[in-house]
Amino acid sequence: MKVVSDIPSYVKCRHTCEASLSATRCFKFRQLLKEVSDEELFASGHRGCSGCACALAIRLALKAAGRNVIVTQPTGCMEVVSTPYPETAWRVPWIHVAFENSAAVASGVEAALRALGKKDRVKVIAFGGDGGTVDIGFQALSGALERGHDFVYICYDNEAYMNTGIQRSGATPYGAATTTSPPGKESFGNRTFKKDMPRIAAAHGIPYVATASVAFPLDYMEKVKKALSIEGPAYIHVHASCTPGWGIREEKSIEVLRLAVDSGMWILYEIENGRTRVTYKPAVKRPVKEYLRLQKRFKHLTEEHIAVLQRYVDERWKEVFGEE
Amino acid sequence: MREMLHGSKAVAKAVKLCDVDVVAAYPITPQTPIVEYIAQMVADGELRAEYIMVESEHTAMSACIGASATGARTFTATSSQGLAYMHEVLFIASGMRLPIVMVNANRALSAPINIWNDQSDSIAERDSGWVQIYVETNQEALDSVIQAYRIAEDKEVLLPVMVCMDGFVLTHTMEPVDVPSQEEVSGFIPPFEPELKLDPEQPVTMGALGEPQWYMEFRKQQDEAMERALEKVKEVDLEFARTFGRGYGLIEEYKTEDAEVVLLTMGSLAGTIKDVVDRYEGVGLVRLRLYRPLPVEEIARAIGNAAVVGVLEKDIALGLGEGALCTEVKKVCYDRGLETRVLSFVCGLGGRDVRMEDVEHAIEVCRRAAKGEKVSPTTWLGLREAVP
Repeated sequence: MKVVSDIPSYVKCRHTCEASLSATRCFKFRQLLKEVSDEELFASGHRGCSGCACALAIRLALKAAGRNVIVTQPTGCMEVVSTPYPETAWRVPWIHVAFENSAAVASGVEAALRALGKKDRVKVIAFGGDGGTVDIGFQALSGALERGHDFVYICYDNEAYMNTGIQRSGATPYGAATTTSPPGKESFGNRTFKKDMPRIAAAHGIPYVATASVAFPLDYMEKVKKALSIEGPAYIHVHASCTPGWGIREEKSIEVLRLAVDSGMWILYEIENGRTRVTYKPAVKRPVKEYLRLQKRFKHLTEEHIAVLQRYVDERWKEVFGEE
Repeated sequence: MREMLHGSKAVAKAVKLCDVDVVAAYPITPQTPIVEYIAQMVADGELRAEYIMVESEHTAMSACIGASATGARTFTATSSQGLAYMHEVLFIASGMRLPIVMVNANRALSAPINIWNDQSDSIAERDSGWVQIYVETNQEALDSVIQAYRIAEDKEVLLPVMVCMDGFVLTHTMEPVDVPSQEEVSGFIPPFEPELKLDPEQPVTMGALGEPQWYMEFRKQQDEAMERALEKVKEVDLEFARTFGRGYGLIEEYKTEDAEVVLLTMGSLAGTIKDVVDRYEGVGLVRLRLYRPLPVEEIARAIGNAAVVGVLEKDIALGLGEGALCTEVKKVCYDRGLETRVLSFVCGLGGRDVRMEDVEHAIEVCRRAAKGEKVSPTTWLGLREAVP
């Protein structure tokens, strides 16, 4: 099996061994590894924290996309750490305008490519964090999806406003402590459940929606490639941890993200032309507690609140996998 | 070809003549007919452009930024609340040095909600780094859009340009307009070929983080580009006059020579004032066409010999007790050591008619001031005597 040399080792086997893949899927992944770019289009030397899964989300997406892409990016961690003038980590054309308009800027880029007759050669990816996607950038994203621009929107979701120091967003999970949803005498942390952005995106009737996780890089890159190959808007929502924001050790990022999927806190699926397909089913369903206990942001939760989360997960699990 | 055109249609024709690649716009009264005409031109295949029917003005400007950065010639139009909604991204368009052209159909800002004309919307954006041109007629609106692309895309400038036209007064009023031919306009505006653009062949990073050790230099360069824009507006207008037989200058002077009282205004109000001025001796008018960058030299020269300047403007700088333009004319006088008295006349807010007798009243106040009588520094023209 030819493995692109600089894809880290966890890509090579853990995924393919433990996921009990079908022979077809395994073959597809091997093919994918041959196809992805071995160039680092998101260069090292940026100022992201060690263990930053969002930086990985970008790096892997660009490996899948290759050079012929224009990237738009909202204000946020990934913008700040990657482009302190006069330095840049981007080896593809990249533009940042404001916080709430990554999808709007991408609309303009795509229209310009169309007008200038370059659309067939160049793809457009709009990135956004969870705040820039599910909250402040929601309107611009909805507009761009509804208008049918040919672009891929990738939301890297670290479940709070991390760039400004861990404030609660619409994607913050139930019970999580953030600086604006702190636990206290009258509070157990964030009172609401995550906004279900992928399904909201799907409700626009766009051809492709997928969830992904940085801990499942092949599944993620396959989805990015597919999204780019489809004409029309595509939306990918990738779960990506934040070491300071989640209160995890830097070497634990992938382990924690994997547990999110194995516990059912995050489910990997894709919706292609209205048809939903689960792309990974954990062999063993792990208790939510195992996922929570690795993270400081959930440390304060009582058994009662953990039970609420477990029930929430069980219901979704049943809905998706049709069993307990 | 001479045609009877609404101001909106004159603008749409200019957009077509300029061979714009991408239009992104959101409807708002009284800008709406402009984008309707453009949409129809695209639908009829008369204008080969991508028309993005965006979901907000914020996105309209953001999409123009994305398109312009990719190397497309872009256009948008808005008004009042729409311009205010764009506020954040206006600064980014100019900070990123993108030559976007926008027409603003001047309309009052809420509250109270009001769809009629005044200029407080675009004046509130005076520090956003956009070149601002205020037009008097539909002909000038068409001509200014054509000039705007030349100014904006000039490599010495690279700044966005806002052409401001009075809502309804111009947008919805017909006037005879000489529409130049496609050949003439194509000869005047070279194709848009930016040195840097979003292109995988030559990847660049646009909109990087400017930390304290760099930010000021970016702003300084923008201010210098504004200075160069002043010369460029002049130059482009002269060349336009040579090509099309019409020119406007940075300011228009009307009977200012030896005038004791000079009125100063922007936009379509100049038409009314000229009629009134004709009835007086020693009263002239300066119509300011270029508001940003402010042509300090030209204004100083035009008002230098007057005893009193009355600034008639459709905006009020709340908390300052006068219009913003009045304050800036005072700056011109201070900088140039002029002893000219500058008085503020706030008028026409929210579509209130500015009648000839209002202008006469302003002239009377200025004349009394010229004689040394004590007058109020600010007069509101056409105000109800008692508000119930």
